[in-house]
Order: sequence, then C-alpha cells, then structure tokens
Amino acid sequence: MNPRRLTLILVPYLWLLALFLVPFLIVLKISLSDTAIAIPPYIPKLDLSTGWHGITAFFADLDFENFVFLAEDDLYWKSYLSSLRIASISTLLTLLVGYPIAYGIAQAPEEWRPTLLMLVILPFWTSFLIRVYSWIGIISNEGLLNQALISSGLIAEPIQIMNTTQAVYLGIVYTYLPFMILPIYSALDKMDVSLTEAAIDLGCSRRQAFWLVILPLSRPGVIAGCFLVFIPALGEFVIPSLLGGSDTLMIGKVLWEEFFSNRDWPVASAVAVILLGILVLPIMLFQRNQERQQETDR
Amino acid sequence: MAQPQPQNVFAPWADPAEKPLIRFEGVTKRFGDFVAVDDLNLDIYEREFFALLGPSGCGKTTLMRMLAGFENPSEGNIWIGGQNMKGIPPNRRPVNMMFQSYALFPHLTVWDNIAFGLRREGMDKDRMRVRVDEMLRLSRLEKFAGRKPHQISGGQRQRVALARSLAKAPKLLLLDEPLGALDKKLRQDTQFELMDIQEKTGTTFVIVTHDQEEAMTVASRVAVMDHGKLVQVATPAHIYEAPETVYVADFIGDVNIIEGTVIPAQGNRVDITYAEGKPPIRAATDKTLVPGQRVSFAVRPEKILVSREMATERTNAVKGRIEDIAYLGNISTYHVRLDSGHLVSAQMTNRNRLERREFTWEDEVWLSWTETAGIVLTE
Ligand SMILES: Nc1ncnc2c1ncn2[C@@H]1O[C@H](COP(=O)(O)OP(=O)(O)OP(=O)(O)O)[C@@H](O)[C@H]1O
Ligand SMILES: [Mg+2]
Repeated sequence: MNPRRLTLILVPYLWLLALFLVPFLIVLKISLSDTAIAIPPYIPKLDLSTGWHGITAFFADLDFENFVFLAEDDLYWKSYLSSLRIASISTLLTLLVGYPIAYGIAQAPEEWRPTLLMLVILPFWTSFLIRVYSWIGIISNEGLLNQALISSGLIAEPIQIMNTTQAVYLGIVYTYLPFMILPIYSALDKMDVSLTEAAIDLGCSRRQAFWLVILPLSRPGVIAGCFLVFIPALGEFVIPSLLGGSDTLMIGKVLWEEFFSNRDWPVASAVAVILLGILVLPIMLFQRNQERQQETDR
Repeated sequence: MAQPQPQNVFAPWADPAEKPLIRFEGVTKRFGDFVAVDDLNLDIYEREFFALLGPSGCGKTTLMRMLAGFENPSEGNIWIGGQNMKGIPPNRRPVNMMFQSYALFPHLTVWDNIAFGLRREGMDKDRMRVRVDEMLRLSRLEKFAGRKPHQISGGQRQRVALARSLAKAPKLLLLDEPLGALDKKLRQDTQFELMDIQEKTGTTFVIVTHDQEEAMTVASRVAVMDHGKLVQVATPAHIYEAPETVYVADFIGDVNIIEGTVIPAQGNRVDITYAEGKPPIRAATDKTLVPGQRVSFAVRPEKILVSREMATERTNAVKGRIEDIAYLGNISTYHVRLDSGHLVSAQMTNRNRLERREFTWEDEVWLSWTETAGIVLTE
C-alpha cells in the first residue's frame, strides 16, 4: 500500500478513534466505577505515578455494580421500554407524514423542487430549542391552538396537549421530519418516470403502480429515513423534558437527571452504555441497508 | 437494401375495403406554443410492421405516447380497432409499449417482470406459468429467469423488455427505438428476431428508429416525418426507389441531387439542362412538367456505372475526374468531379482485389446511367 492511500484510509479511522472510541472508553470506564463525593465525582482514578501496581489496583476496583443496579430498579428498564415505544411510534408517524411530502416534491415540476427542498430544510436555520419552545406557545392550555378552538366555539375547555406523550410525538415528528423526507425524496427522485408509465401500460391503475412499483423501489429511502429518525429519537432528551412533562418516561431524560440532578456519573454512564448497546443493532441494520442499496445501484 | 418479399403478398393499405387497426384523424399535439405533431392523418393496418423515421425532435415519440395514452391529442382523434381512444387511460388500451429505456422493474426478477402484466389481468397461475415460459423461450432467456435486471447484460435486458411487452399478446406493440443501445451485430440479430416474433404472433408493430437501414430491414411500410408532419408513407422499396421529395430522397440512403430546368421530350421523358454547354440529362417521368420548370434530378450512387470508355448503350454519359475513393470492402464509392463542377458519387462492387483496382485517384472516367435510373423531383 502506498503512503498516499494509507493516509487517506488513516484519516477517517483516526477521526473515529478520537471522537468516538476514546470517549466511549472513558464513558465505559466511568460506568464501571463507583460514585464518590469528589471532583470528578467517582472512584477509582487511574494513578500512573504508582506504576504497574496503580494500574492493577485501578482495574481491581472496577465492577459491574451499576449495571446490576440498573437491572434491579424497574425505573430504568421501564424507561428503556417506554423510549423504544415512543421512538417507534414517532418514527412511524414521521414516515406517514414524511412519505407523502417526499412524494409530492418528487412529483412537483422540476423547477419547483429546489425551492420545496429548501423549505424542508429551512427550519434548521433557527435554533432547535427555540423551535421546540414555540410549540409550547402553540399547544399549551393558553396557547394559540386552544385559543383558536375555544374562540371558534368548537370546544369549551382547553384540550390538554402539553405535558402528554402526544406532545412528545408531535415534537419528534416535527423535529425529525426532514431526516425522513430527504432520503425518501432522493430514492424517489432517482426513479425513472418511465417505470410508473410501464406499470400503467401493463395494466395497473395509478394506485396499483404506486403500491407495486414506486413503494417497493423507495424502500431503501424509507429504511434510511426510519433509522435516521429512530436512532436519535430513542435517546431524545430535550423534547420529552420540554413538551412531555413528568408523565413521559424516556431514557434520555433519566440519563440527564442521573447526571445533573443526582450527580451520579457512574450510573448515568451505565445508562448511556446500555443505550448504545440497544442502538448497535439498528445501526448495523442501517449500515447493511446502505451497502445493499449501493450494490443494486451499480 | 431492397425489400426481398414480393409486394403483392401483404399490402392491406392498397385495399380500400380493409379497415385500419389504427387511424389518426387530424391529430395535432401542442406543448404550449410548440406544435410537436401537426394535423396528422395516418392509417396503420393489422399485422403491419410500421416504422417511423425522422430527425430528432420531429415528433415520433410524441406520436407513440399518444397511441399508448400517455399524452392526449390537442386536436383530432385516434382510433384503435374502430374505437375512439379519447379519454381511455393507458391501462385500458389494447396497446403495450416497449420503452426506450426498457423500464424494467429493478426489484423484480426477469420472470416476475414478464409476468407483471399477466398478474394485473388476473390470469390464473398455471396459464400464467405457461405463458411466461413461452415468452422466455421466445426471447431465449430461460437461463436468466431468476435474475434481477441489474444482473444481466444490456442485450438481455432489451429482450426482457420485449418479452414483457409481448406477454399480454397486445393487438398493438409500440417500440420506441428498441435497439438503440445495441451493437451492430446484436442489432441485426434482434431485428430478425423481431420480424420472426411478429410473424409468429401476428401482432401489429409500430417502431420508432433513427436508423434508416433498420427501418428498411424490418418494416412493411415506412413513414418519414419532419417537423410533426408525415412527408411520405410507403413501402421501403418504394420510398427508396421513388421518393416524392428531395427531403425523403436525401433522408433515406445516399443520393446525388442535380438541379436543372426542364425541356419536355417525346414520350414520358424530359431533358434536364443542368449546366451551360453540356448535353442535358434525359430521364423518364410520369409527372407533367412545363418547359423551363426548375426540378431536381435524383439518382442513387449504385445506379451509376463508372467506366474508362464512354458507355454508348446508356442514355446519359458524363465525363469527370475521380476526386476521392471510399473503400468499403464489398463496394467502393467514387466521388467524381464533373467538368460542370458537380460532385457525383457512384458506387461499384469490387469484383477485383484491391491491388488490381481498375480506377484510382485523378483518373479521367465516364459516368453513365439509363433513362430510368433516376427520378425527377419537383419539391
Ligand atoms: N412534455 C413536453 N413538453 C414540451 N415539449 C415537448 C414535450 N415532449 C416533447 N416535446 C417537444 O416536442 C418535440 C417532439 O418531441 P419527440 O420526443 O416526439 O421527438 P422525437 O421525434 O421522438 O425525437 P428523438 O428522435 O430525439 O427521440 C421536441 O421538439 C420536443 O422538444
Ligand atoms: Mg424519441
């Protein structure tokens, strides 16, 4: 292998090593430690000044106590399950909203498409936090939505949307919609229009052509979009804590509380390590989907 | 390039009692201000192999898409099998189209691609299997039934597309430049295959092609289009031997065009003066021409004899100097500069080996042709 190629390959690996593997190992180490009143708030600490003895002593002090604790307290596995449920349902909802939008953009006249795509991405230009806060202004009991509904006489009492799981779904769907639309759009856009025409020519109605040809062919985009929504939604913290109130159990929120409210870094780290473990499977499936798609594209 | 089959075998267009399968009746198609197809009238008969020929952008694909139902005529009517197609969607027309891009479904195997149209019809499983297998055999794709489109070659893909469009046994099959992507050898094979399939299935074919040789090979009739209009519709032999306009003569095959003025002679003959002080060209024609009318005389290169001595048995003989020779193996094309300044090409078969060639550059030669070798065109 020549040095040029070696450098080219090394750069991404070094990048991954520095920004992913090393932080992960640090978190893993903390998750095996015990909490303590100190700065940073855990022991043991690696003391290299005592040489080999220090290293063995350090490793001897690491244990799986925190993981056992997580398994015993039902708060944690309930949070994981609840997160999985919320992430799955909101991924499905995002798909239901995102697919028609992506399809609409792909069908729109060529000259409109860049503008429409721009509109999809436009929300990213304002801060995520501001956008989530502004939803509070819309859906809270005194918010725009309830005011409008009451003044139009449709309802007498405000509907409770704020601080419910529904509000979390709303927030996740809204926030992650572009991640669903863009890969589906790119799959649809690549598709030759004559495929639809061929299906119709062979006796399909427009609707059948959609189910039999367009939908199956956009599957890689759908899968990519679902993972891009599901993976971050699973660990989501901001949306459930701002919109979901105390009712919504999500692991991201638990993690935050362990970390900042309880200052229990080891347990928080253990929560994070398990979360990563849960995510490895979908990430690997995502990877396989991308690879397979590249193969058929060739 | 002449048509091998005798013309009296199959010529429904010559029989006034015959009902056309397709009728275009004053069909116009506009895209905004642009007129893609211009007030077109055309009848195509059952079992025909009808070729549409014309330069890029002349409206061939638009014509096909109107037949298939993907575009609606702005004006006029299209009839298929005696039924007005106005408002009938593509999936309810007795027409199948083979797309220029093949449009194979990438997520389905070759077998499922071919079965696609049959499934929509609700054909029962056993009959469908028989039919698909028959199509696979016809297109020699048995070995590839289980492959996906991206796992087979371009030529095989093209045969899948053909098999898929034939599977439903449509009354009418539309082929839009079906062989465009194939190399010459495969193309010729496929042309004969197409003709074979057409003969076996009795389907009516309408084919769009850029390749005039292809049109001559496969077609029962050829339509030459220009700017959304039909310039001439005739059998390949007729269109080659008796083009009606200079445009058609020039579009199909090589031709020498010499312009001149007419002096009527006795019988169905005219003399065409084309250069000062040179004997006029004498040609046979049915057209009634007035003295002094400007005409174009068109003669194909292979109808002209090249010789050292003046060939006295032929009516027309002119002297010139060989400027260029294009050696094509079986034939050679001689580009000869006449004394009048015209450049005329003449084609001769190479009966002798190259090193024993009779003529070479700068040789003085005589070109001669008979009265009936060329035709007189007025437009
Ligand atoms: N959807 C459309 N909108 C506007 N103009 C169109 C449309 N489809 C075709 N045209 C125009 O109509 C004319 C005829 O197009 P068509 O595709 O029928 O040409 P063609 O004879 O098939 O050409 P080629 O041999 O290059 O395929 C072209 O000038 C084209 O630009
Ligand atoms: Mg075309």
